[in-house]
Amino acid sequence: MTNFRVPGKGRVDQRRPVTFSFDDKEFTAAKGDTVASALLANGVHLMGRSFKYHRPRGPVAAGSEEPNALIGTRRGKGQFEPNTRATVQEVYKGLAATSQNKFPNLKFDIGEINDKAYMLLSAGFYYKTFMWPRSFWDKVYEPFIRAAAGLGVSPTEEDPDHYASRYLHTDVLVVGAGPAGLAAARSAAEAGLRVTLVDENSEAGGTLLSEPQALIEGAPAWDWLAAELAALTDLGVKIMTRTTAIGYYHQNMVGLCEKLTDYVATPEANIPRERMWRVRAGQVILAQGALEKPLVFDGNDRPGVMLAGSAQTYLNRYGVRVGDRAVVVTSHDSAYHAAFDLVESGTAIRAIVDTRAMPPEDLVSQARIRSILVLTGHTVTGTSGRLRVKSVRVNPVRDGWVGEARELLCDCVLMSGGWTPSLHLFSHTKGSLKWDAEQQTFLPDRMTEACLIAGAGRGLWGIEAALTDGAEMGAVAARELGKPIEAKRLTVEQDRTGTGESNTELPSDLSQGKARAFVDYQNDVTAKDLRLAVREGMRSIEHVKRYTTNGMATDQGKMSNINGLNIASDALGKPQPQVGLTTFRPPYTPTSFGAFAGYHRGDHFEATRKTPIDIWAEENGAAFEPVSQWRRAWYFPRAGETMDAAVQRECKATRESVGMFDASTLGKIEVTGPDAVEFMNRMYTNPWTKLQPGRARYGLLLGDDGFIRDDGVIGRLSQDRFHVTTTTGGAARVLNMMEDYLQTEWPDLKVWLTSTTEQWATIALNGPNARKVIEPFVEGLDISAEAFPHMSVAECTVAGFPARLFRISFTGELGFEINVPARHGLELWETLYAAGRPYDLCTYGTETMHVLRAEKGYIIVGQDTDGTVTPFDAGIGWAVGKAKPDFVGMRALKRPDLVADGRKQLVGLLTEDSTTKLEEGAQIVLDPAQPVPMKMVGHVTSSYHSVAAGRPIAMALIAGGHGRMGETVHIPMPDGVIRATVTSPVFYDPEGARLAI
Amino acid sequence: MLLIKCPYCDETLPELEFAYAGEAHITRPPTPAEASDEEWRDFLFIRSNVKGAHYERWRHVHGCGRFFNAVRDTVSDRFLVTYPAGGLRPAVDDVTGSSK
Repeated sequence: MTNFRVPGKGRVDQRRPVTFSFDDKEFTAAKGDTVASALLANGVHLMGRSFKYHRPRGPVAAGSEEPNALIGTRRGKGQFEPNTRATVQEVYKGLAATSQNKFPNLKFDIGEINDKAYMLLSAGFYYKTFMWPRSFWDKVYEPFIRAAAGLGVSPTEEDPDHYASRYLHTDVLVVGAGPAGLAAARSAAEAGLRVTLVDENSEAGGTLLSEPQALIEGAPAWDWLAAELAALTDLGVKIMTRTTAIGYYHQNMVGLCEKLTDYVATPEANIPRERMWRVRAGQVILAQGALEKPLVFDGNDRPGVMLAGSAQTYLNRYGVRVGDRAVVVTSHDSAYHAAFDLVESGTAIRAIVDTRAMPPEDLVSQARIRSILVLTGHTVTGTSGRLRVKSVRVNPVRDGWVGEARELLCDCVLMSGGWTPSLHLFSHTKGSLKWDAEQQTFLPDRMTEACLIAGAGRGLWGIEAALTDGAEMGAVAARELGKPIEAKRLTVEQDRTGTGESNTELPSDLSQGKARAFVDYQNDVTAKDLRLAVREGMRSIEHVKRYTTNGMATDQGKMSNINGLNIASDALGKPQPQVGLTTFRPPYTPTSFGAFAGYHRGDHFEATRKTPIDIWAEENGAAFEPVSQWRRAWYFPRAGETMDAAVQRECKATRESVGMFDASTLGKIEVTGPDAVEFMNRMYTNPWTKLQPGRARYGLLLGDDGFIRDDGVIGRLSQDRFHVTTTTGGAARVLNMMEDYLQTEWPDLKVWLTSTTEQWATIALNGPNARKVIEPFVEGLDISAEAFPHMSVAECTVAGFPARLFRISFTGELGFEINVPARHGLELWETLYAAGRPYDLCTYGTETMHVLRAEKGYIIVGQDTDGTVTPFDAGIGWAVGKAKPDFVGMRALKRPDLVADGRKQLVGLLTEDSTTKLEEGAQIVLDPAQPVPMKMVGHVTSSYHSVAAGRPIAMALIAGGHGRMGETVHIPMPDGVIRATVTSPVFYDPEGARLAI
Repeated sequence: MLLIKCPYCDETLPELEFAYAGEAHITRPPTPAEASDEEWRDFLFIRSNVKGAHYERWRHVHGCGRFFNAVRDTVSDRFLVTYPAGGLRPAVDDVTGSSK
């Protein structure tokens, strides 16, 4: 195999070979290589296929801006990452990399047919083509588009790696460890500030890594770099490499994604794969440098065509020549230096084709000294070669006329369209940009954050300028933070500054309509597409972007935005600043979901709250269901029992003897203080003044809009103390609402609110034998039917534990709820369970609780109500105090639309065949014969098989429901229309006799 | 993530500790029974939705638990000032001036 490695060149360790595979073929790299540099060293340019046309592609860049060379990497099961840039992925022993978007293989790909059909696949193709016929969408178009869409393939296995998350506070955060960043960090650190310096590359140095010829203060660049990094470390600067600043958020918070294992052959088991840092910085210095622009000409995407600066990086940093015979095409001085470096390393330069008529004289003469042909005032009008560029077609341009073409044979084309400041992070802050007419680029203007930009990021070119500006910006940051310092000046010899001119697509003697001159490589957007978008009426750059998808790929237009703008502005006949740039958004480079999720996955995704009795339920085989953040026992199946059978058994046992239920998740709020009763009067619909201590009442809470928010039984323990219960899911919301009114509407009330949900374990016993089970354990209280009637509350001792005992019922049976300090809950539960054996005490879960309450027509807030239901709609208007001057929601209940006819009201539903159970959520219509779409009049809110009723029962919200008793309504389902009769929602013991036992 | 100064704790803390609580200085009519339908509608639903200085309520829910008022610029998403619940509504010019 051809070897393009230059002995002795580059920063990779050529004495330490590393093997890896690409498309199952083994390759040898040098330690320090990226996949791209290693493949190039082996003479491989073809690394992928493009997204839309499936054109063969190779790397065009050498860094994170790379749009073409996207690969999949796999380490092991679940450790597959698609769309990784080969130019960033470091090689490690055993790395398995694969190319993408190809079938059956990279060199012969069926999807390449799209390329031949390019005339049909122009901008807006999808919008125009898949419009009709309507019926084709589901069956033909969408499956086709879905199969063709997407870069790479999503991993399907669970990611076994773990990801970490950290906060960091620093005085100065410097993004980019090139010369500007290094100098900025030095100034700030010498001023005595805490400095953090981050760089996305595997090592710090930036441009210095590609320009070893520079002499800084007389020292070779790499020697100076090593000494400088040591000095920064000594000054306490935190230097983080392989760390990308992905987003710049409000008030100087910058997100960093640090890669920790993706370059290691066998990572230590405890090391996270990536770590997300949330950094809050006093000052941020952006020293991200500039990105080189491609030139836009027909065939500028063939493997072998790449940026001149990147070729220079491959040579100087990785010791890799990107080809044997290069043609350099440029509109900027910098490409000359790339050509000179390559010539010295043995690559023949066939020509330097300069679009400018008059490039700087000294560069031209330096080229001549090296016997390089310089064609000034030329254009490039095409390339040839299928899987690798073979030749480039160049023509002279005189006074706007394109002359005769000549063909230059080559195996690589190195292009430079000049440089664009990398302002992505700055754009995240909504800082404004201003157009620099001389440099034909946008530069940073007004800041919105405590942010400074140094070096090439603000249009200053060359190492000396970057070092000087960086040192100055570091000093400015230090001054802003109250630590003034003088910026140091360093001198640089053999610096390479330069200028250039900016272009749209290059002029051609061939039909531009047939030219495949790519602007956005990753999304396959050509210059022709952009001009078509403008012709078809797109005026705003944002519309042009979306219509063509220019700049919308994973590289976010790092290379394409300025070229796209230049072409759009030319097509629109408006200057660039009037057209403007599209918005860059975080993240700067694609970032894994794992890094964002951090620790919040699996069991740590959300807290699981467990009651003190949960362990018993688990040991006794309960099935669980999540209720808000709680894990609740759903039902207790016996061996081989279905859920339906278990629930029916639990219901029957409770109604016939006694059932026990863990109600500890109920929200509990202690309302105390001299004004507690007044506060309760104002918050809840019910009147509380006459409720005597020792008595309890069903409380209903509305919003000030009159709609039901929450409910629960509330016991008055003394004149100034209420034990409020809320729904399980509503506890925090109700406390927040109470606090809101107490703090902001009625701050004069002397009331204290305390959440006690987790302080109490609550055990509910229901059924005719409930009293018999607990009576022997109760001390200090007579709980006979006469002495302790329904809706009583008292403090006493149960099984030796201090308790608040309620006689209440959510089942319609004789019921008690025992609250004991949470630490005693499990013991009390076990005690009562043992004592209940003579009565066949049955533990039940939330499903049985739901059935039993539905049989009684008791509502569940949030199931039978939906935020638009008033107490009168729900049929519980009796809970609304009529004589109170005010309560939350009172005034709204008189609003015209809340008293209007036809509101949805809660009713019972019984299917006419007495056997069909309705589906919760099913829609209800009055006339099943009406044409589709039918007029819905309501929906089923609750539906169960009821043992007590001996048939299925349901509750529903139906328009004007209270006036429809006895009427038949219809529930259309996929396999037929179900008829049901509107009834009262109380299906069991309507007189409430069983509560009085 | 925003930084918010709790006027009770007198500390500037990350947004994670706070919860938004709607527009500020919406007065609940003191005697609701006497409020007209229009007044009650305005109290419930009508909000200013300004572009610029927005008077709003926040709660230091994972801190002291207190509700307080704030003026936030909805364009820059920057807090101009925070002040206790029940405090007088500061003039826009005063808060934008003080932020410079």
